[in-house]
Amino acid sequence: MRIGVFICHCGENIGRTVDCPSVASACANFSGVVHAEDYKYMCSDPGQNLIKQAIKEKNLDAVVVGSCSPHMHEKTFRKACSDAGINPFLVEMANLREHCSWIHDDVPSATRKAIDLVRMLVEKVKFNEPLIPIRVPVTKRALVIGGGISGIQASLDIANAGYEVVLVEKEPSIGGHMSQLSETFPTLDCSQCILTPRMVEVYQHPRIKLVSYSEVENVEGFIGNFSVTIRKKARSVKDELCTGCGLCVQKCPIKKVALSDFDEGLATRPAMYVPFPQAVPNIPVIDRSVCTYFKTGKCQLCKKVCGREAIDFEQQDQLIKEDVGAIIVATGYKLYTIDKKPDESMIKGYGEYGYGKFKDVVDGLQFERIASASGPTSGEMLRPSDKTTPKKIVFIQCVGSRDESKGFSYCSKICCMYTAKHAMLYKHKVHDGEAYVFYMDIRAGGKNYDEFVRRAIEEDGVKYIRGRVSKIYEENGKLIVKGEDTLAGVRVEIDADMVVLATAMIAQNDSVKLAQTLSVSYDKYGFFNESHPKLKPVETSTGGIFLAGACNAPRDIPDSVSMASAAAAKALVLFGSDVLEREPVVAKVNEATCAGCFYCQKVCAYNAIEQKEIKDRQGNVIKVVAYVNSGLCQGCGTCNATCPSKSVELLGFKDDQIYAQINSFAEVF
Amino acid sequence: MENEKFEPKIVAFVCNWCTYTGADLAGTSRLKQQTNARLIRVPCTGRIDPVFIIKAFEKGADGVLVSGCHPNDCHYNTGNFHARRRWIFFRQLLDFVGIDSSRLYFSWVSASEGKKWVDVVDGVINSVREKGPFNGYKKLNKEIEIPVK
Ligand code: FES
Repeated sequence: MRIGVFICHCGENIGRTVDCPSVASACANFSGVVHAEDYKYMCSDPGQNLIKQAIKEKNLDAVVVGSCSPHMHEKTFRKACSDAGINPFLVEMANLREHCSWIHDDVPSATRKAIDLVRMLVEKVKFNEPLIPIRVPVTKRALVIGGGISGIQASLDIANAGYEVVLVEKEPSIGGHMSQLSETFPTLDCSQCILTPRMVEVYQHPRIKLVSYSEVENVEGFIGNFSVTIRKKARSVKDELCTGCGLCVQKCPIKKVALSDFDEGLATRPAMYVPFPQAVPNIPVIDRSVCTYFKTGKCQLCKKVCGREAIDFEQQDQLIKEDVGAIIVATGYKLYTIDKKPDESMIKGYGEYGYGKFKDVVDGLQFERIASASGPTSGEMLRPSDKTTPKKIVFIQCVGSRDESKGFSYCSKICCMYTAKHAMLYKHKVHDGEAYVFYMDIRAGGKNYDEFVRRAIEEDGVKYIRGRVSKIYEENGKLIVKGEDTLAGVRVEIDADMVVLATAMIAQNDSVKLAQTLSVSYDKYGFFNESHPKLKPVETSTGGIFLAGACNAPRDIPDSVSMASAAAAKALVLFGSDVLEREPVVAKVNEATCAGCFYCQKVCAYNAIEQKEIKDRQGNVIKVVAYVNSGLCQGCGTCNATCPSKSVELLGFKDDQIYAQINSFAEVF
Repeated sequence: MENEKFEPKIVAFVCNWCTYTGADLAGTSRLKQQTNARLIRVPCTGRIDPVFIIKAFEKGADGVLVSGCHPNDCHYNTGNFHARRRWIFFRQLLDFVGIDSSRLYFSWVSASEGKKWVDVVDGVINSVREKGPFNGYKKLNKEIEIPVK
């Protein structure tokens, strides 16, 4: 092998503490090195030309550059060398700057260390092999999981850019939490009015395939090439036949059989239902757990009235497969519901607020339904217990948020704003009513947000009290709220008619399961993790999978929408090329020595190792060996270290490459 | 033994994503450290074969440091967990083959812990300096060569 060594001074950065010329001349004596030189700025154009020239003149076939960190300029030097005809994987970099000159003062010992660092990589490069980047084709279709505002936005953006989208929603209708809201801050425009046109747009879009009442069951493959299995839950209605006339829903005889999820348990719905009138798709679902036919075998009234013969009691869950190149996760959040739907692991406290016990203690989403024109009270401000107008209402912020001992340590971010909105909505409807807000801090960062809160206080006369509530109890039809005003230093007691708790935004119940299906990481609360908190906020740890909205962290509508557009843009970047190039640093199996123990398969975090049958000429299986799917392999090398027979090796970091470095210690130091 | 003059030879196996980058940060922050350590960059601690460590001692290292991402932070999700599990077994083996296992050091150093990296490296160097040169393996070689009477 003919190796060239190039030592960079990096101006003074390396040269000041490392005697570069003597490093170069020491390296010239290493076996295999036929050329060694030093230069002021190796990464500059003249520096790179120097390398290219030496490659040609000295007929080099491998290069070691002693300069800055490979994280800085590995690409630069690999490119320069490959321009001159050397395979980029025959180029190694010794880190003489970050790992030597910048951290040492003593010139002789730093110089000695620099020589060692180069020597180690000269030994390594002798065992490097030319590698060719892996090229994989890109399926230019996206899967969006979750049909809330984030999923809707991402789907529309991708579809409008000209690519197909499969939008999976687990509920019977898209729309998510935003469809439940009455009005939105900070403009107080009606939520449904701005959302429903988008829902319809999704439905009518020729490039969006909406798969509602369905869940993602399995995901295989890798960036650009995912194969997704979706479970289409049995609706008991054939969606291709149903026109959404709604006759079956009207005729369903068991009217008030279940609590409406859409109305947050404040209203009831029949066994056959559409979650809300503007639902998209407007196709009903039979709730089999309460339907008379499924319980007794009699009724079938819906089937009789359906002119399209769309009712199918025998319908089964269906598994459908979709091939996509990118996945956007937009599964949103749920509210910390404390006692309403007990969820043991999540619930620690707040029994003292009587939530779930006192009918007039409600959460934020329930209040949205009460305030909403499409809600159970048609927008009239009536409390749940006796349907009277509350004259005094108390809002409590940070219930479950910012309190490790009783809930979650994070801030749910949107509650300050929606509580101000709630108080305003209340005051706009009940002019003589009194609204109190207990808060810890007011966090109203955002365009026109603080102004909005000020408006609630100054124009609408909402009374803000800084402090916590310690107890709520019922007395003579009133809810007695006991708390503390920490600014005035006094105890307060309010005899309220209704209490609204701004409970924390938490991750969906099944988020961890979905994260595991997608192999993306999640935090201790079950929110999906972004790949980098600042520079890669919508990417996940898995290539080709992006995040949008509140499934990543509590987030309001504008932020969710921008994140969704960002995620869509990332998917579109992927779709911008026909093939993806990946670093060929992947594991490879030596089939001759592989004994088929499959320890490698067990330790692989990416399911990249498959079993491959080796057959003789008659087609009999002689043995089963490991096979690495290089599309899935991420190149960690855990299999390599685990293999007892050393039959799987990580290209670029093979055993002999690392031993070569270690062996050079005999001379090193 | 002229222990004052003894300068320990330390080999550090570090993962590319956390510790190598943390060491880079120590550099960009100009945090000074002793010159005794030589780094070998591997993609992940999961890649480190225990035999690498024996080999390093055999080739004259007085101490070996293994460092990667903090648990749960591994760029490859679980590589460092596999590595950790491996070391638990490996330590005992090390004493068995005649290498003082207290000369093997582990640490988790993230990409943002430049200062911690310096402390770890200097700590290892100082601790090995105190122990003196590692002659165990060389002695072992001799025992094999000269049969016991
Ligand atoms: S990448 Fe750092 S330990 Fe796995």
